[in-house]
Amino acid sequence: MSYTISSGRQFATWLYHRPRLTLALLLLPPLLYLFVVYLGSLAALLVQSFFALDDFSGLVVREFTLRTYATLLSPANLDIIGRTAGMAAAVTLADALLAFPLAYYMARYATPRTKALLSLAVVMPLWASYLVRVYAWKLLLAKEGIITWVLSWLGLGPLLFEGILALPNIGGPSLSLSPIGTFLTFVYVWLPYMILPIQAALERVPPSLVEASADLGGRDNQTFQHVLLPLALPGIVAGSIFTFSLTLGDFIIPSIIGNSSRYIGMAVLEQQGTSGNIPLAAAFTMVPIIIMAIYLTVAKRLGAFEAL
Amino acid sequence: MTVSIEFERVSRYFGAVRAVDQVSFSVLDGEFFSMLGPSGSGKTTCLRMVAGFEQPSEGRILLHGQDATRLPPFERDVNTVFQDYALFPHMTVGENIGYGPMLKRVSSAERKRQINEMLELVQLPGMAQRRPAQLSGGQRQRVALARALVNKPRVLLLDEPLGALDLKLRQQMQIELKAIQKQVGITFIFVTHDQEEALTMSDRLAVFNHGRIEQIGTPAEVYEVPRTAFVAGFVGVSNIVSGSLAERLMGAPGIFAIRPEKILIRAEDTPLETGWLGVHGQITEAIYLGMHTRYLIQAEGMQFIVAQQNSEDRSLTTQSPGVQTIQLAWRREHIHVLEG
Repeated sequence: MSYTISSGRQFATWLYHRPRLTLALLLLPPLLYLFVVYLGSLAALLVQSFFALDDFSGLVVREFTLRTYATLLSPANLDIIGRTAGMAAAVTLADALLAFPLAYYMARYATPRTKALLSLAVVMPLWASYLVRVYAWKLLLAKEGIITWVLSWLGLGPLLFEGILALPNIGGPSLSLSPIGTFLTFVYVWLPYMILPIQAALERVPPSLVEASADLGGRDNQTFQHVLLPLALPGIVAGSIFTFSLTLGDFIIPSIIGNSSRYIGMAVLEQQGTSGNIPLAAAFTMVPIIIMAIYLTVAKRLGAFEAL
Repeated sequence: MTVSIEFERVSRYFGAVRAVDQVSFSVLDGEFFSMLGPSGSGKTTCLRMVAGFEQPSEGRILLHGQDATRLPPFERDVNTVFQDYALFPHMTVGENIGYGPMLKRVSSAERKRQINEMLELVQLPGMAQRRPAQLSGGQRQRVALARALVNKPRVLLLDEPLGALDLKLRQQMQIELKAIQKQVGITFIFVTHDQEEALTMSDRLAVFNHGRIEQIGTPAEVYEVPRTAFVAGFVGVSNIVSGSLAERLMGAPGIFAIRPEKILIRAEDTPLETGWLGVHGQITEAIYLGMHTRYLIQAEGMQFIVAQQNSEDRSLTTQSPGVQTIQLAWRREHIHVLEG
């Protein structure tokens, strides 16, 4: 018997004996993309933030200076950074609180059918355009919108207008014109990104661990504190990376819904678009990166990744 | 002796399935009690109802005389060693063992003392700082045992705890578990599908089948006097004789069982003594098992299994299979008439 081998099979055999080469060929495109296109442009951005705008000509002076960072730390800009970080933290916390029970139900109790339906319900909003959903929320939250209407019908109108919306800093003439509205829209838009990683983390917790905790005397709150929460923490951290960084960088929601106070994303857009101040835009962009780096370091210190 | 656990006509339905069906039994304080049965027989569901992970659909469960039917797991004086050990992966061995005392707000110094005491008991001294992932299967098993025993429960529940271990380790752990039970002197409820394990370790055992208990007794009682065909077949090996052959041998219709080691293989023409029963047949297969040989014998339209010590004269049985007709004979008192 003789082997007649097509050239394609010959090539396959040749590759089979060179696993390192095969691996290199497969990894080259994603690594090029990651390092050159993505990290490369990020590095270019970082470099830009150490340049500054010439006050008279309005041109970028390509010389190392910390002047842009000094501008970044002016009270007006710190106000923007503080507001954005506060909003991102509040949105992340609210999303985590909303997502955990649903994710736990999906991971532990739902029948396969219910689980499929819930998963669909969680991701389906992502199929519709983000802009459509934000404008939909503007209508929902408007003074004439359904939320205000239902609350008034329930007799809670005074609570909304004289109570919640009268609060300093976060109130406003209506939900859609207040930071509360911005917050509600952010919470809605990023919720799927929190549910899915928490669910994935909880799926990996064997049900017997929860039973073991109860067996050893743990009431439900103690089991949550000592067993479920630590084991779900990597998922919560993964989800919060999404909700936190997406909120930090978003400029659309606060410009459509809210009291037109400025957020980092809007500042970046203004600086690089309207003002042509690329260095300041770059410096603003560094803020979320630094905040995320600090956040992840703290999470690691707290042992969030030990159960991975 | 006081009663530790009592089941009063307990049933558990999962939808239309009767996982546990009208089960009643009681376990004495300090007893090593096994629940033996094939998978799906209801033994694990019974254990989980003692622990409080499942609620009975009907009936009552008493723990030390108190109605515990609706008590949540954390209110029961009972601890469990899980089949998969269920060690907390984010805690060290010491933290795992100290979990129960920590919840009871035992001081950290006292906790440390208890952890070390338990690690001594299960022969893992100095392992407190390890993570469960760094341990072997046998070591995890011991940690799970220590984590349960540190709470000084009055009843320890063990859900097939040796199932994942290899044979040698399993046999060693059987002896150790028994020794630990004697040392701590509490009730052990042991779930297993391994009849040998149940016979070796138990003071008494209950044989489960289809959600019911077929028989409860000491290992010797259950093995020597099986009451049903299921018990005769599941606990050890039995030849179950029914139909016309049983009627001819017994003189009345019925079903009976005879253990393989109670049957003698004799020359075809050996006269049957009074009080003996016998059939004729041919050896179809001989399986050499070291201590004894197991013979498959075709006789009177059924297959008999016969075990003979290899110390005996084997001249009759070393012939090639199917050649020679032999006699199978056994004493009448060795047969067990079965129910149903």
